[in-house]
Amino acid sequence: MSLDKDTVNKIAYLARMRVADDKLEPLAGELSSILDWIEQLQELDTDGVEPMASVSDVTLPQRKDVVTDGNCQTAVLKNAPDSEDGFFTVPKVVE
Amino acid sequence: MSKLTELNIASARDGLNKGEFSAAELAEAYIKAMEAGRELNAYITETPEVALERARQSDDRRAKGDHLGAMEGIPIAMKDLFCTEGVLTTAGSHILDGFVPQYESTVSANLRSAGAVMLGKANLDEFAMGSANITSYYGPVKNPWGAKVGKDLVPGGSSGGSAAAVSGGLAMAATGTDTGGSIRQPASFCGIVGMKPTYGRCSRWGTVAFASSLDQAGPMTQTVQDAAIMLGAMAGHDPKDSTSAPIDLPDFEAAITGDVSGLTIGIPKEYKMDGMDAEIQAMWDQGIEWLKAKGCNIKEISLPHTKYALPTYYIVAPAEASANLARYDGVRYGLRVPGDSLDDMYMNTRGEGFGDEVKRRILIGTYALSSGYYDAYYIKAQKVRTLISNDFKAAFEDVDAILTPTAPSAAFGIGENQDDPVAMYLNDVFTVPTSLAGLPGISVPAGLSKSGLPLGLQLVGRAFDEGTLLNVASALEDAAAFNFKPGGEG
Repeated sequence: MSLDKDTVNKIAYLARMRVADDKLEPLAGELSSILDWIEQLQELDTDGVEPMASVSDVTLPQRKDVVTDGNCQTAVLKNAPDSEDGFFTVPKVVE
Repeated sequence: MSKLTELNIASARDGLNKGEFSAAELAEAYIKAMEAGRELNAYITETPEVALERARQSDDRRAKGDHLGAMEGIPIAMKDLFCTEGVLTTAGSHILDGFVPQYESTVSANLRSAGAVMLGKANLDEFAMGSANITSYYGPVKNPWGAKVGKDLVPGGSSGGSAAAVSGGLAMAATGTDTGGSIRQPASFCGIVGMKPTYGRCSRWGTVAFASSLDQAGPMTQTVQDAAIMLGAMAGHDPKDSTSAPIDLPDFEAAITGDVSGLTIGIPKEYKMDGMDAEIQAMWDQGIEWLKAKGCNIKEISLPHTKYALPTYYIVAPAEASANLARYDGVRYGLRVPGDSLDDMYMNTRGEGFGDEVKRRILIGTYALSSGYYDAYYIKAQKVRTLISNDFKAAFEDVDAILTPTAPSAAFGIGENQDDPVAMYLNDVFTVPTSLAGLPGISVPAGLSKSGLPLGLQLVGRAFDEGTLLNVASALEDAAAFNFKPGGEG
């Protein structure tokens, strides 16, 4: 499996992650060699095998639908890069 | 009385109980050692004030006759992946710049309520992604054993700062996290004990997530007994983590009886790989002889899908990482790099905030989860994971524990193995299968390589049977009688 520069650029956009132009080519090489190595999984016949998402057998526990937390506006905003009047301030998201 | 920084958890506990020294004196000794050892870059943030405050509180509890915890007054390093209230938490990444959690992770909170004294936040590979602790935004960690061979060596990773701190006497013990070997491999490289418990044994709440179906916290200590003591203090069911196992904690320390006669130890034939280092093979053979002498039965077993474990891991872990790390968007905390649009701000923040290895894994994960490739990569890997897990289930029908090398080599130089990501990934060839199966594993220092560097052996146990695992590990530790220190004495 070989990835070209354009594909890497496309994946980087899907991940919303800027990759410098001069890094695309080397990255395409590295990712291709990783994917080539991963390709050996295709040797295995996995028909009828259940995919394993987690090793824990437990079903997700449920709790009562009650408020367990709150009244912590200051703490919530403490790490905000920018905030005003108790709100996070973010770049404009609606045109 | 020996030097305070030469004690371990069990001997310090005795000394504190006898009143030979106070928790404050212990903390002060380690704060000095931590300052003197800054050359190793084992800590990202030192917290001497926190340490002294908690040590004094511990001394007060003792003076008043209050209930004492299992880690009462014990100075530890906290891997900087655990959120700590009011203390900078970085995950070794630029993207978490200035992040000071307003809450405490369950593991660090458990340790705190057991009386542990936090010395500081230990360095690590960025977001715990790495096997050499060279991907941290805060610089590489040096292995204390490097001085002996006159070379800067890696401590292993990702819990490299934790391992270097314990090995170099800058902490009595440390927390680590292990996703594919991140506790066990650095423990092997630094000549200490490192244990990854069963998935679900320790809560993941408040631990910065890398790959949620694999991440597990564990102790990094000087002895197996210390690992048992510390694991008991870290672990336990937590309603805030839905994958945390709702089962009672056994007394891990009491499980170490020294009697392992009659137990059957499996030796997986697939781990004897082509081109395996002769020294590693010899160490493994020696381990088999030691356990035989302790009365264990040795049995060759087969784990037929072993060679597929690493490629499986390098789909599953990056896929989960790409989803987990999507939260770092520059909006609510951490680094924000402005841009012309919202998208631009995301791209700039994440482009600048993540290092090369994290970027590689996010890209692999995003690709594996993208439309058209999801079945071929992600579902395929999850199916192979089932086969790997089944291999272990079948093996544990016949054996009580499995013995393997921990890592394919001793510690290597900083800068080596850096050009080829796949070569670096191979460091975890013996530890990743256990992680995929969610089983407990422990690395015990077993001997020295010809060049005088520590080599570890790994024992793998049944799910939630850490007691047997620790007991066998203790027998192995006793037979190995590893008492070498990075300084050369011992």
